[in-house]
Amino acid sequence: MSSAGESTNLQRVLEAGFFSFSAEIGPPMNGSADHVRGKARKLRGFVDAANITDNQTAIVRMSSIAAGYIAQSEGVEAVVQMTCRDRNRIAIQSDLLGAYALGLRNVLALSGDHQSFGNHPGSKNVYDIDSIQLVKGLNDMIEKGVFMGGQKMKEPVSFFLGASANPFADPEELQLIRLEKKIRAGARFVQTQGIYDIDKFKAWMEKARMRGLHEKAFFLAGIVVNRSAKSIEMTALVPGMDIPERLIQRMRDAENKEDEGVSIALELIGELRGIEGVAGVHVMAIGWESVIPAIAERAGFLPRPSFDRQT
Amino acid sequence: MIVAEQKAIDEILRSVRDYDDIAVVSCGSCVTVCMAGGEKEAAGMASIIKLAAMEEGRNVNVRTANPVRQCDMEFFDSPEFGEDGVAGASCVLSLGCGAGVQFMAERYPDKAVIPALNTTFLGVNRDLGYWTEMCQGCGNCILEKTGGVCPVARCGKSHFNGPCGGSSKGRCEIDPDIDCAWQMIYDRLKRIGQLHRLYEINEARDWSASRDGGPRSHKRDDVTADRGAGDE
Repeated sequence: MSSAGESTNLQRVLEAGFFSFSAEIGPPMNGSADHVRGKARKLRGFVDAANITDNQTAIVRMSSIAAGYIAQSEGVEAVVQMTCRDRNRIAIQSDLLGAYALGLRNVLALSGDHQSFGNHPGSKNVYDIDSIQLVKGLNDMIEKGVFMGGQKMKEPVSFFLGASANPFADPEELQLIRLEKKIRAGARFVQTQGIYDIDKFKAWMEKARMRGLHEKAFFLAGIVVNRSAKSIEMTALVPGMDIPERLIQRMRDAENKEDEGVSIALELIGELRGIEGVAGVHVMAIGWESVIPAIAERAGFLPRPSFDRQT
Repeated sequence: MIVAEQKAIDEILRSVRDYDDIAVVSCGSCVTVCMAGGEKEAAGMASIIKLAAMEEGRNVNVRTANPVRQCDMEFFDSPEFGEDGVAGASCVLSLGCGAGVQFMAERYPDKAVIPALNTTFLGVNRDLGYWTEMCQGCGNCILEKTGGVCPVARCGKSHFNGPCGGSSKGRCEIDPDIDCAWQMIYDRLKRIGQLHRLYEINEARDWSASRDGGPRSHKRDDVTADRGAGDE
């Protein structure tokens, strides 16, 4: 079975050697298509793709596939996030067949935040499969044309498949082994946790390079943009985040918090661009999508590369 | 062992309030060891029920029975289960685990059977009064691959290929009091020189041997055959 299929925009940008710039759209806690459209319109033309989060922090929101479809109808290519928390392998495959039918071709496979963090802490989690098994299963669908249950698919599907990595989680060696497994399982791009501690990230990236991982997958470095002292303090509480105290203090001391948040993000992006093996940045400005164009411009990312696409 | 803890006393008293002859049945196995449903706890429970009834001006008869196990038919015919014992009561308050409670309901099909415990997990006794979960009875043990630490029961996300991104300084993202199972697996495998196991991709698992395959049972023909031979 061939993996042929039209490349996604994000894939083309990366494969052509451009430094990618992507952002994030958090779907609303309601069914408003206009809400998603509004967010997508702010990003159109400024990003190569936007991640559509899948009930992030286990808070119920519009489905990432539905919101991704709306975003694409507004001209912003979607990266559908798919977690293992809420769906078993039957539901995951079914939903992704639906996503494919709707023209959504980038998938980011994730474990998902534990439900105890969200607004339904009494819910059951699924974890029928973990994120590596998800990558492996989807890659088998793409490369071998088989379902996770082994049955042959009549028509193949094709996705540009990604996985996540947290350079700040423990144990470091095992996290790297796990990343290596994700890439071996079929992840073509890797999106990292939000980076604040650039020295720690540099050291981690060097270890990833020593394993040759940067040659097997595109590394998209994650950046979180904060607009207030409270926002960076809250971010610091997210499991797996590692923020140097001096950056938190800078936000506390700043007269104009929003400007300071953008300055910090731009400084980090500047550093990340110089690190071997970093193929792009992924900016997470949840609830503050309107800042993305300014960051794209001030970081010198504009105009974004465009390709003739047949749709 | 099966670990359980006693329900809040108010909940238990509410559940038995409609009955005037109550059999409080302990269990001599796991729940005795974890100090939730043994003979001592049953005696205490009987006193509390009597006292609470007295305070409300109700006359309640409370009997106790202390079988070796509630989960084994072998003990169903013991004298304390007869008319002078549990069979004469109007309801059964079982201090057994969920299996014991259900077997009491089978033993006494015409009586209400009420649980006094919440059955929590298969675990170990780490310290006086401290138990932790170790096993989920998933029916397909892989502990030889994971250094003797179970990722199904002890990883909050039952991951099979390493920790999630929430593992920090040996702790789980759910609660800093919980150890990260994969940190423990890593430490153990490192110590016994088997880190190579972590490079294997453990593929999607067949859960049909666990509860997902439907309620489970075992039948051992060899044991049944032995019984037949013994009868002859």
